[in-house]
Amino acid sequence: MKRTLTLGLTLAAALAFAQPAAADTLAKIKSTGSVTMGVRESSGGLSFTVGDGKFAGFHVELCERALHDIQKQLGLPKLEIKYQPVTSQNRIPLMQNGTIDIECGSTTNNMARQKDVAFAVTTYVEEVRVAVKADSGINSLADLNGRTVATTTGTTSVQHLRKHERAHGIDFKEVYGKDHADSFLLLDGGRADAFVMDGQILAGNIAKSKNPADFKFLSEVLSVEPIAIMMRKDDPAFKKAVDDSLKALMKSGEIAKIYDKYFMQPIPPANKPIGLPASEATKAAWANPNDKPMEEYAKK
Amino acid sequence: MNWEWQVFCKNTLDGEVMPRCFGSGGEITYLDWMLSAWGWTLSVSLLALLVALLFGSLMGILRTTPHRGLVLFGTAWTELFRNIPLLVQIFLWYHVLPALIPPLRAVPSFLLVVMGLGLFTSARISEQVRAGIQSLSRGQRMAGLALGFTLPQTYRYVLLPVAFRIIIPPLTSESMNIIKNSSVAFAVSISELTMFALQA
Repeated sequence: MKRTLTLGLTLAAALAFAQPAAADTLAKIKSTGSVTMGVRESSGGLSFTVGDGKFAGFHVELCERALHDIQKQLGLPKLEIKYQPVTSQNRIPLMQNGTIDIECGSTTNNMARQKDVAFAVTTYVEEVRVAVKADSGINSLADLNGRTVATTTGTTSVQHLRKHERAHGIDFKEVYGKDHADSFLLLDGGRADAFVMDGQILAGNIAKSKNPADFKFLSEVLSVEPIAIMMRKDDPAFKKAVDDSLKALMKSGEIAKIYDKYFMQPIPPANKPIGLPASEATKAAWANPNDKPMEEYAKK
Repeated sequence: MNWEWQVFCKNTLDGEVMPRCFGSGGEITYLDWMLSAWGWTLSVSLLALLVALLFGSLMGILRTTPHRGLVLFGTAWTELFRNIPLLVQIFLWYHVLPALIPPLRAVPSFLLVVMGLGLFTSARISEQVRAGIQSLSRGQRMAGLALGFTLPQTYRYVLLPVAFRIIIPPLTSESMNIIKNSSVAFAVSISELTMFALQA
């Protein structure tokens, strides 16, 4: 309750003084000795809360490492990191008005957002995939003809599948869950033959299910979305500092170890591993660091 | 603020305006969505109302008969369906019963919702029918029986015509409620209005 109130007040204040913050984050960090990190409370292995106002996750750790490097670069004896939970709706406004300095959640880098904010090099590539029951006899998207497909209301996943449907002339029935757990129940209970969603969310739900061996992924990938750490626009010095730090992690291979820690090892709260090895697209993004938006991924 | 009416003619996939506002060959416009949503909402509501009136009247009548067993049955029915929240009942119909009774799995979710919503409302209608019949003076029933009518005939020709006229106001509000309650159909992924409101 208290946190909601704080967040509400922050938002109200943000709206009241919605003016572009000074675009020199490094100077701000140096003068205040602190930095505010935007985090998500449940974005799978990328960013999640471990309770008691503490946060962890793949992107959270990458940010912490980058900020540590920045602390060294600035020669600060001590850097205080404040964690500020954000949501899909408020993350960009809070970034623009300077409430948060760096966002480490699960934000897709696309053209529309690049008008408002800047992104670091892509550190994770999300793939929209299809999960089915292992014994369903469905082995490819074409086998979905005449079957029932579940997805979550309000997400873009079913659009990808419908585009595919239109292009390939297959026909399927759609059912909608009101959240990811609900959609997974549709698949688990036999109401749907497949569940289309971000690979990470599918893998997380399967890992939490009673018998994870009952499910499998189809090999086809419906769409790829580069997910990156978000920063304020027009602040090249800060972006360079973060990028350099991330590129060093990618070059040394350290990033794969951090990935392994959150996606292959057991993580709270269930203490079960997500069990999603880094995809080819993610590995490619690590091999050739870039900050291309989603639209350029779709082209190839 | 000016509202763009054209939005209804747009394709739901890539946002292109379609020539006749209706999609064809795999294209779906927002107008198509709205119409299908209204269709589902109304069909769920009307069919459920039918089920509710049928079972509700029957149970209401049973609760006013002189037979103790029938009264008990009617009361048990009403208490059971009235005291379990609607959303829980729909969940039981959709996820739990088919797991216990395999043939139910082949039943479309639409029919399960109609049954769930209908039986839930039947408990409320049963209460109203009972109240309607009990509001008549005891003399009416006795007069009917004294005239030589059997018990069913007394109900058919004397009690029910008057009782149903008395309960028309609460029945009307119940039939409006059922349209509002049909939004729970979304919980079992029937694409009605609530669902499309969230989707757009």
